[in-house]
Amino acid sequence: MTTTALPRRIRRRVTLAGWRPSTAIALAVLGATVVMAAVPGLLAPYDPNAIDLGASLLPPSADHLFGTDNNGRDLLSRIVHGAGISLAIGVSVVLFSAVVGGGLGLVAGFRGGWVDEVIMRVTDVFLSVPYILLPMVVVVALQPSLVNTTIALAAVWWPSYARLMRGQVASVRRRPYVDSAIVLGVPTRRILLRHVLPNAVGPVVVLATTDVGFVILASAGLGFLGLGARPPTPEWGVMTSDGLGFMLDAWWYSLFPGLAIALVVLAFTILGDDVGDRLSGGSGGKKRKVRQKWSSPASD
Amino acid sequence: MGRFVVLRVLIAVPLVLAVSVITFLLTHLVPGDPARVLAGLNASEEAVRRIREQAGLDQPLVSQFGLYLLRLVRGDLGDSLTNQQPVLANLVSALPATIELTVASLVIALALGIPLGVLAATRRGGFFDHLGRVLSLAGVAVPVFWVGIVLVVVFYAQLGWLPSEGQTDVAGGGAAITGFASLDAVLRGDGPGLLDVLHHLVLPATTLALPTLARVMRTTRASMLEALAEPYVATARAKGVPEFRVVYVHALRNAMMPVVTVTGLAFGYLLGGSVLVEKIFKWPGVGRYAYESITVLDYNSVMGVTLVATVAFLVVNLLVDVLHAVLDPKVRLP
Repeated sequence: MTTTALPRRIRRRVTLAGWRPSTAIALAVLGATVVMAAVPGLLAPYDPNAIDLGASLLPPSADHLFGTDNNGRDLLSRIVHGAGISLAIGVSVVLFSAVVGGGLGLVAGFRGGWVDEVIMRVTDVFLSVPYILLPMVVVVALQPSLVNTTIALAAVWWPSYARLMRGQVASVRRRPYVDSAIVLGVPTRRILLRHVLPNAVGPVVVLATTDVGFVILASAGLGFLGLGARPPTPEWGVMTSDGLGFMLDAWWYSLFPGLAIALVVLAFTILGDDVGDRLSGGSGGKKRKVRQKWSSPASD
Repeated sequence: MGRFVVLRVLIAVPLVLAVSVITFLLTHLVPGDPARVLAGLNASEEAVRRIREQAGLDQPLVSQFGLYLLRLVRGDLGDSLTNQQPVLANLVSALPATIELTVASLVIALALGIPLGVLAATRRGGFFDHLGRVLSLAGVAVPVFWVGIVLVVVFYAQLGWLPSEGQTDVAGGGAAITGFASLDAVLRGDGPGLLDVLHHLVLPATTLALPTLARVMRTTRASMLEALAEPYVATARAKGVPEFRVVYVHALRNAMMPVVTVTGLAFGYLLGGSVLVEKIFKWPGVGRYAYESITVLDYNSVMGVTLVATVAFLVVNLLVDVLHAVLDPKVRLP
């Protein structure tokens, strides 16, 4: 029996097992990052903050695989220790945004009326300021630090979740089973959590997966501008920025931290892309005329 | 359409006002003291006090904001606390450089992104399609500031092909007429000058264009796939219309709408990304001005930059909606 002859439900299971090679690579990169974040001390060959001015700006070698920085610190060790920082910022900002933004979107989409109006107008304000400008101002206002980078990004990140969730909920809200539940007298809280949320949450999960990468990218951007971690914290964006002044003599200094950011963000993007394809292949949403192998960019 | 535009502008006013309030509160509620920062490390109490009074920092917040709004209505954004010049004058002199950079990036992104997207769609599942998927994902994932550094190391340090910083080699780049370096060179009839300007534009514009290029490409591909599956494409093919014409005239024209939308949204990323790119390439534009004024808490400048960027973003989004109505007769503006 070929897969096309199988009923839709089973066919989806079968394709679920067949991961794309790119997904496998993405998962491997993320797995490695999680391990680095969990036990950096076991993987890093040196102390990330051990200054050795005699060994400054050494090119990559067997002793120092990624070379050393201007203070003679081992770049590989610093990158390993930086993994946890980026992951923590990415995951916490996205979690906050998904819970707070998603929650507000759920209420706005379900209640409608003035509640909807107020919440959506607030998101309009946040979404009308071009990317990164507002977090920059927030960080400076709060004093640059890792915690404040997280707060600044969370403060501007939730509105897109509110928007997305509201749209989803507003369309689920019109389905007959929601009306039936209301007529049967099911409590609102139960309707929201059991009937609406599970049918609306798919695209939010896709956005969240990709967004962990984009939050890491934005936090690295803030670090690059000097509005993030304070020295000697081995944050990847700050390290890339530190290498800027040495880029003509020591190409490895900026190259490897930037590469680390690129790989992790790319892994999250690929993963989000695949999760999106899986979800759009079966449940919910309008049926596409063409089965697309790439989904539309979730971040937009 | 006239009514629609007026309505949208009216909606934008409270938005801009709200953004002003947020940036005002953020910049004025900071724990640090801008007057002390500006006065320098060794300033006397007297000097700090004088600066504070001059800038009106000793007034209550509400009256400071009222004053700010009053001046804003007259087109006065206040004076920069770092160089004592009007913020508006600072912005006017920095804007052309950023506009040139942004426009060049958009041109690169559209000129490469659309054909690559079409190519991926017409050879679906082929080599170009797979390469395209990787490129379009990598384009948005790779940090622009890192791309900038890599490009400088390769094309400036290693190959020596392209300059790494500034807008021109000559200081000032000749007489300023419009403030746009490229336009000025054309107006002066200065061929080598124009080449020099374009030469300096290549690396920063390419760096900034990358994420937008990726988005444009991705959207073009998806939208082309849908268009190519439409019955009118089959009809055109059945009539014997050459495939090139089917793809580029019949399908692409109808596939452009989402591309227009994405380009409008990408404008926000271009403005934000210019902050990073202008830092690397020492580009004398608004992005660098934003970065420099934010780091020293020059709040008049910060509010000016945020205001101008927000207004620009809203105007572009309005243009996108109008363009939709122009491109697609099915779209009726309310």
